[in-house]
Amino acid sequence: MTKSLNFRAALLSLALLIAGLGIWEASTPVIKAASEMTEYEKLMGGADQEARVPPPSAIITKAYKELSDPFYDKGPNDKGIGIQIAYSLFRVLSGYTLAALIAIPIGFLIGMSPLAYKALDPFIQILKPISPLAWMPLALFIIKDSQASAIFVIFICSIWPMLINTAFGVAGVRKDWVNVAKTHELGVFRTAFTVILPAAAPTILTGMRISISIAWLVIVAAEMLVGGTGIGYYVWNEWNNLDLTSVIFSILIIGVVGMLLDTIFAQIQRFVQYQE
Amino acid sequence: MEKPFLEIDGLSKVYPSPEGGDPLVVFENVNFDINKGEFVCIIGHSGCGKSTIMNVLAGLDTATHGAVTMDNTEVAGPSLDRGVVFQNYSLLPWLSALKNVTFGVAARYPDWSRKQVLDHSYKYLEMVGLSGGAEHRKPSQLSGGMRQRVSIARAFAIQPKLLLLDEPFGALDALTRGTIQDELIRIWSGSDQTVFMITHDVDEAILLADRILLMTNGPYARVAESVVIDIPRPRERATIIHNDGYYKIRNHLVDFLARRSKDMAGKEDIVPGQRIEPLEVNPAKDGGVISEETPKKTPQLVPVAS
Repeated sequence: MTKSLNFRAALLSLALLIAGLGIWEASTPVIKAASEMTEYEKLMGGADQEARVPPPSAIITKAYKELSDPFYDKGPNDKGIGIQIAYSLFRVLSGYTLAALIAIPIGFLIGMSPLAYKALDPFIQILKPISPLAWMPLALFIIKDSQASAIFVIFICSIWPMLINTAFGVAGVRKDWVNVAKTHELGVFRTAFTVILPAAAPTILTGMRISISIAWLVIVAAEMLVGGTGIGYYVWNEWNNLDLTSVIFSILIIGVVGMLLDTIFAQIQRFVQYQE
Repeated sequence: MEKPFLEIDGLSKVYPSPEGGDPLVVFENVNFDINKGEFVCIIGHSGCGKSTIMNVLAGLDTATHGAVTMDNTEVAGPSLDRGVVFQNYSLLPWLSALKNVTFGVAARYPDWSRKQVLDHSYKYLEMVGLSGGAEHRKPSQLSGGMRQRVSIARAFAIQPKLLLLDEPFGALDALTRGTIQDELIRIWSGSDQTVFMITHDVDEAILLADRILLMTNGPYARVAESVVIDIPRPRERATIIHNDGYYKIRNHLVDFLARRSKDMAGKEDIVPGQRIEPLEVNPAKDGGVISEETPKKTPQLVPVAS
């Protein structure tokens, strides 16, 4: 009996997952109860098992506990995972939206005008390779607000892929289509919205998708620096608490949220994609 | 005398040489007229500037010298009065066939209601044989022939004063080409549309045109002859070959393309202020010109800017 490729791939994924978790679980030493330890073991720090990498079962238990009540708030250092994620998403989306509002119009301008392209290119080339976190001290000094500084860092890291892809997409619009707009006497704005935007949309969306991925990578680091709230802060806080179960759990959550963000943009991209 | 509908007067296109040598003159002193409702084809070898002339007429390119006047107005820039069908269809791939047509109709008639735009678009899509669901497909889901039909429907639907066709059937296989030629001639017969069309296909030109303009080879290309095709209409591909004049015209055209376009190539002495009209010939009546022996005139060597 032949099953579809998808089905077989899913089976293989599942097998890999079970094998991986099994090996991980088996290689984690079982914690002895304190009563079973000899006096010597206790003296030598045998009770120090907490600091070891926890087994998957512990993480699953933790995940179940956290996810069954994701929005509790017991003071500044004890908030549910849902609240932390919401803070991070808020920062990412506000910085990202600001970046899109600026990058896409400027990208359009650069793509349509060779003059603007040549004039702005040196700035883009110098600013683009700067690690977004390098802006952090300057942002903190100028903005004087850690929350806004984190948003600024997201803004500055997500602006470049969108800007460059928009410019590239707009500049690459087939001349035939521009001629169609011209022979139909479309004005500048109607040409931009009815011909150039749909023609460049797949390339622009690629830039937006790259940007959102980078923004999600950067927010974790930014929140570790800024502190207070957010998934990045949560990871660092749990590290300071030596709660490795929570650290691993939040790492997985970061992965899942990143994947979801990417999937959303992949769907939008499919929507604007066209075949020549 | 009444002025012709479309007047092309002393048109030339010169590209400056990149390294200070002689500039490249693609064509020079091109003069011809087109009357209202006429179907005119232009034939010439690649590089003689046919497409440039077409782009100048469309307003997408500018000539170095000369002027184009349509309906007593000088042509400057693109306009909905001149519809264009490009060889590569130029449909917008993210729109369905229907939307591609409504795109044009809505641009032409901005104050029409949605319903009017739709009805008008459907009318022209049906005219080219695209209906029954196919109009909702994207161009990528249509065959080359279907795409060119949509493109023709779009161009006719905006009801331009002048329709420009740039080798519209160049990318199609021979069978499809024949079918769409028949459709084009049928749609054209039912309208008073003026058409100017570039083609490489002699038979296609005879089938469709009232007049065929022949261009000499570039550089310094010019419109040398205007061949009148007075085979009575309606014409059909199957029966036109039995017309007495058909092969006379055909031989004349083929002879021009094979020999005279080369022999006549080169710079002409232009008397300033004098308009050189293309020589009007009617091969069906007078048998046309067939160069039997080697022409006496040796081809002139023309400096070409490299």
